[in-house]
Amino acid sequence: MIINHPLLGPRDSAEFVYLGDASLIERPDPAAETALADFVDYAYMRENPAGSLRELWFHEAGDRSWLVVTRNTMTHEISDVQMARDVARKIGCSK
Amino acid sequence: MRYSGFKVIKEALTGHKGWTPAWRDPEPQSHYDIVIIGGGGHGLATAHYLAKVYGEKKIAVLEKGWIGGGNVGRNTTIVRSNYLLDGNEPFYEMSLKLWEGLEQDLNYNAMISQRGIMNLIHSDAQRDAFVRRGNAMMLNGADAEYLDLDQIKKEYPFLNFDDARFPIKGGLAQRRGGTVRHDAVAWGYARSADSHGVDIIQNCEVTGFRIENGKCLGVETSRGYIGASKVGCAVAGSSGRLMAKANMRLPIESHVLQAFVSEGLKPVLPGVITFGAGHFYVSQSDKGGLVFGGDLDGYNSYAQRGNLPVVEDVCEGGMAIMPMIGRARLLRMWGGIMDMSMDGSPIIDQTHIDGLYFNGGWCYGGFKATPASGMVFAHLLAKDEPHETATAYRFDRFKTGHMIDEKGMGNQPNLH
Ligand SMILES: Cc1cc2nc3c(=O)[nH]c(=O)nc-3n(C[C@H](O)[C@H](O)[C@H](O)COP(=O)(O)OP(=O)(O)OC[C@H]3O[C@@H](n4cnc5c(N)ncnc54)[C@H](O)[C@@H]3O)c2cc1C
Repeated sequence: MIINHPLLGPRDSAEFVYLGDASLIERPDPAAETALADFVDYAYMRENPAGSLRELWFHEAGDRSWLVVTRNTMTHEISDVQMARDVARKIGCSK
Repeated sequence: MRYSGFKVIKEALTGHKGWTPAWRDPEPQSHYDIVIIGGGGHGLATAHYLAKVYGEKKIAVLEKGWIGGGNVGRNTTIVRSNYLLDGNEPFYEMSLKLWEGLEQDLNYNAMISQRGIMNLIHSDAQRDAFVRRGNAMMLNGADAEYLDLDQIKKEYPFLNFDDARFPIKGGLAQRRGGTVRHDAVAWGYARSADSHGVDIIQNCEVTGFRIENGKCLGVETSRGYIGASKVGCAVAGSSGRLMAKANMRLPIESHVLQAFVSEGLKPVLPGVITFGAGHFYVSQSDKGGLVFGGDLDGYNSYAQRGNLPVVEDVCEGGMAIMPMIGRARLLRMWGGIMDMSMDGSPIIDQTHIDGLYFNGGWCYGGFKATPASGMVFAHLLAKDEPHETATAYRFDRFKTGHMIDEKGMGNQPNLH
């Protein structure tokens, strides 16, 4: 698989480490009343779709940036790649 | 029809006209007591034990393709019970005992071969960990044996003993482990279940559940609605997709695992060996091919094929411990979809929906579990309580903190 890095261009997926579903960016509020249930859900439950999935890849053997890659789990086709930082900022995370 | 040596000779002498199909091809009925979704090893074993051991009637197994086309026919056929943790070891040891009596139970030759499995040790820390595991196995009634370097040199003289980077320091052997002809397991269970009255319905995909007031009434399928008092799901790699139809999310991700077979060779490899410094395992099939594999590809996938970086990694693992493998040509390779759970251990439990039961999260170790998984899932379906060896395989263990994490990797399914 080739991942089209927004800054570095096309890179071999073997240079990356895979974390999983990009919903991991949205860490629940630890001060919320429902924090325990929220964190169990966040840490352990997954959508696991057959089809399009947004996921986190870390460019370990490259510039060490985190990417959000949209990839089809049936075909391995990659349709979109963004810097995870930009995605996180857009939803209001501080870093 | 019972199979026997006498029957084979009789048929040989009379032109093989007396063989009949090993199972029927029935039309689905409108209602069953118990419907099992998934005609893999686990679904078929569940049906067999439900009918034979638990005396249940009116059972159907629904399979979207043909039986044996899933992981039960794609794995590298290794069976063993060399686990460390209490939640696992009694279950896997029961499974190994069931394997030992399986061919008589099913009246079917599954080519069960207890040729032994040996995990190589490459460092002092690893020796400590493996000896501890061996002790845990023996405490649970399994066999385990520590091998020193001289014993390994005698049994496996062709291993790479001069490797400065990954020196072989010893091994943990389980002599009762080995390999089983995987397709025969599916066929043997199917034939036996069928002979006890189970309907095995192929080309019948479950497309939804009919759930009313928190109770599951039956399943929608590509061959129409089928009512059921109880529904058991055993679809392995498709667990996420199937349970989504009941609006359930699972502590499971689907990943692809590849397997490789070389050209046929004369007997060179007596047992199963695993590399302890990387991820590589190999055995030799009775046809002569070296059957081997290694890590998952590492990203979520429902495509039954993998990519090249893992091919390279697996071959490097093979060359590191067994350089002669480099002279063999690769004949075939393929992938299967694994239901990787968040702690690397399975789930066999009731769901929050009345009448709906789940069996999954087998990761890449579910083949060896086939008989025990069938037995305990049948127990759960028949009695509505867990079998004594499966009490730890609950859905809520992720909430209560009772994870069964053999590798200590945490909630990172691709690392288990
Ligand atoms: C390459 C590879 C190597 C492996 N090596 C080993 C090993 O050495 N030792 C070991 O112990 N384990 C091994 N495993 C793991 C083992 O094969 C699996 O854990 C086990 O087979 C899963 O259970 P099963 O046999 O019931 O699954 P499957 O055979 O996959 O059965 C599930 C069935 O459900 C059907 N299904 C799915 N969705 C639906 C639906 N909606 N409606 C109806 N039917 C449906 C599928 O078609 C399939 O036939 C390996 C797996 C792979 C892929």
